[in-house]
Amino acid sequence: MASKIAFRTIEGRSFGYLLLLAVLGALLVLGLGSAWFMEHNGHHVTGMNNQIVWGMPHVFAVFLVVAASGALNVASIASVFGKTAYKPLSRLSGLLALTLLTGGLGVLVLDLGHPDRLIVAMTTYNFKSIFAWNIYLYNGFMVIVGVYLWFQMERRMQRYASAIGWVAFIWRLILTTGTGSIFGFLVAREAYDAAVMAPLFIAMSFSFGLAIFLLVMMASCAWTGRPLGDKLLARMGKLLAVFIAAVLYFTAAQHLTNLYAAEHAGIERFILVDGGIITALFWWGQVILGGLVPLALLFLPMTAGTRGGTILASLLVTLGGLAQVYVIIIGGQAFPLVLFPGMEVASGFGDGAVAQYSASWYEIGLGIGGVAFALLAVALAVRVLPFLPATLADSAVDPHHTKPEPKGAVPAGA
Amino acid sequence: MNGSGFDFNRRRFLGAAAAAAGVTLAPGVTLYGVGQAQARGLDEPASGEVRWGMLIDINQCTTDCTECVSACATENGLTGHGRPATDAQWIRKVSVRDPKNGVEKSLPVMCQHCAEPPCVDVCPTGASFRRADGIVLVDKHICIGCRYCMMACPYKARSFVHEDLTDQKPHAPRGKGTVESCTFCVHRVDAGGKPACVEACGATGHGAMTFGDLNDPDSEISRRVAQYATGQIRADLGVDPGVRYQNL
Repeated sequence: MASKIAFRTIEGRSFGYLLLLAVLGALLVLGLGSAWFMEHNGHHVTGMNNQIVWGMPHVFAVFLVVAASGALNVASIASVFGKTAYKPLSRLSGLLALTLLTGGLGVLVLDLGHPDRLIVAMTTYNFKSIFAWNIYLYNGFMVIVGVYLWFQMERRMQRYASAIGWVAFIWRLILTTGTGSIFGFLVAREAYDAAVMAPLFIAMSFSFGLAIFLLVMMASCAWTGRPLGDKLLARMGKLLAVFIAAVLYFTAAQHLTNLYAAEHAGIERFILVDGGIITALFWWGQVILGGLVPLALLFLPMTAGTRGGTILASLLVTLGGLAQVYVIIIGGQAFPLVLFPGMEVASGFGDGAVAQYSASWYEIGLGIGGVAFALLAVALAVRVLPFLPATLADSAVDPHHTKPEPKGAVPAGA
Repeated sequence: MNGSGFDFNRRRFLGAAAAAAGVTLAPGVTLYGVGQAQARGLDEPASGEVRWGMLIDINQCTTDCTECVSACATENGLTGHGRPATDAQWIRKVSVRDPKNGVEKSLPVMCQHCAEPPCVDVCPTGASFRRADGIVLVDKHICIGCRYCMMACPYKARSFVHEDLTDQKPHAPRGKGTVESCTFCVHRVDAGGKPACVEACGATGHGAMTFGDLNDPDSEISRRVAQYATGQIRADLGVDPGVRYQNL
């Protein structure tokens, strides 16, 4: 039977831990340095231009923001859907959601033409803008998840944790709807302007968020000597597989709908057939390596439930997710705006031509800095506050757990 | 003692600064205020009764002429750095060819000053705004440089300032890290004039561009819009551009 969960801070004195902090810290400094260089010289030093106005920083930022809301799902499964096996993971889930969101927003803000005007963005609003709404949604998310964590950690407030868990769950669905709608509300771009962007982004958040959570959880357990139950891992792997399938489903719905309409034939041909790197990233990065291969790893008996299979599947989902966001953001802009349907168009400003984009190292550095911040914050937080459960052994977390069959025994009903 | 001395000095300093500012600014204010019969006063808000617009007759626009583009760059101080991908371009010539009959036309495209501008809708801070008289502008003081307006603009009319600026024109302030686009030469329009591109096009003898008040039935632009078939680029989007094209 599951006993009361004990949470403990990590010791944090090992060489490995200090090395982890040093590496992540160095990457964070690299990101900040990149941002400073971009701001100091102006954005002409990046690969972004007047055709590709959002580049690699936005790929990382959107990926992190989307993954942040998904990372909170693990806590929601416990508090909203009542699965007690997930309860020991709630604190780490909330923590990761906060740090991923902060990392993503940090990248977004540091890429602005005027990061110094953050206070303007926080005080001057145009409420017709989904961007302005998102500022409220992001700030609200931080407050709600912060309170959620506090209620979980403070004994006197624990009876309210389930209620705030519901609020957090609903808020995160609205938040990802807002992120998807940044693209869904762009009426003039062929690649966007679709209601499916919101549910697609929600499915993406479930998948990317859980993949990153699994990687962080497995690393935490392995590096701190905490037991991690096979059943729990297998269960979470199956859940990840369902989320991957959901992303593939919404992706198929998005492209099939577009393919049906003759006016979208151009953009679909670009993404699916002759878009060069975009097409390669779509099929190889997003669909095959980021979708079908991890699905196979999580379902095939040889790899399903194994540590190696789960780690590889989660890594592939993460990289495939970055590829997917790249295809959405860069691919959507690279395809020329259609000003004169049916006509051949040319100008000295890129009209009628596919825009070229090659990310600079500064942009990649800034993006990696955001990821490093998220992970560094987790590494420090688990050192100072009890976010990690003392054990994740099946016997400790699963109320229905029975002792494992001895090796070689034939399961009942086989 | 010290405190009162400080106050006295501060008062004296502020007084001197105010006087200096007055001496510096007053002549400029006077210059602007005199001799502009149709001009809008600086303290007078833009009128909602006016809808500034432009009509471009494509048949009068020749393929090799880029006078409007040069005039815009000169008027607004848009000096390039030899980097076409990141240099600002407020107006560009686009060649449009019908693949069915091979007929090719050339036309200038700039901010279309929409009645329902998507750039204004998406701007998080309200830096992108539409004046009551229909001119769409960017408030450089509250633009945070997020470029969402550039994503939203159906006409690719906006540019981001990618690097440091030198030799700015006082009437067309710009800012590194902010977004900008055609202002219909608002400084000229407010002073009773017309945009630099329209003037330059007239000087070449082509006379392809007409600027005026679309709400005034007696204006030349309104009379021509009433008389000839004209259209808007991507009229299907329903954003009602203030720039119309004849023989499109």
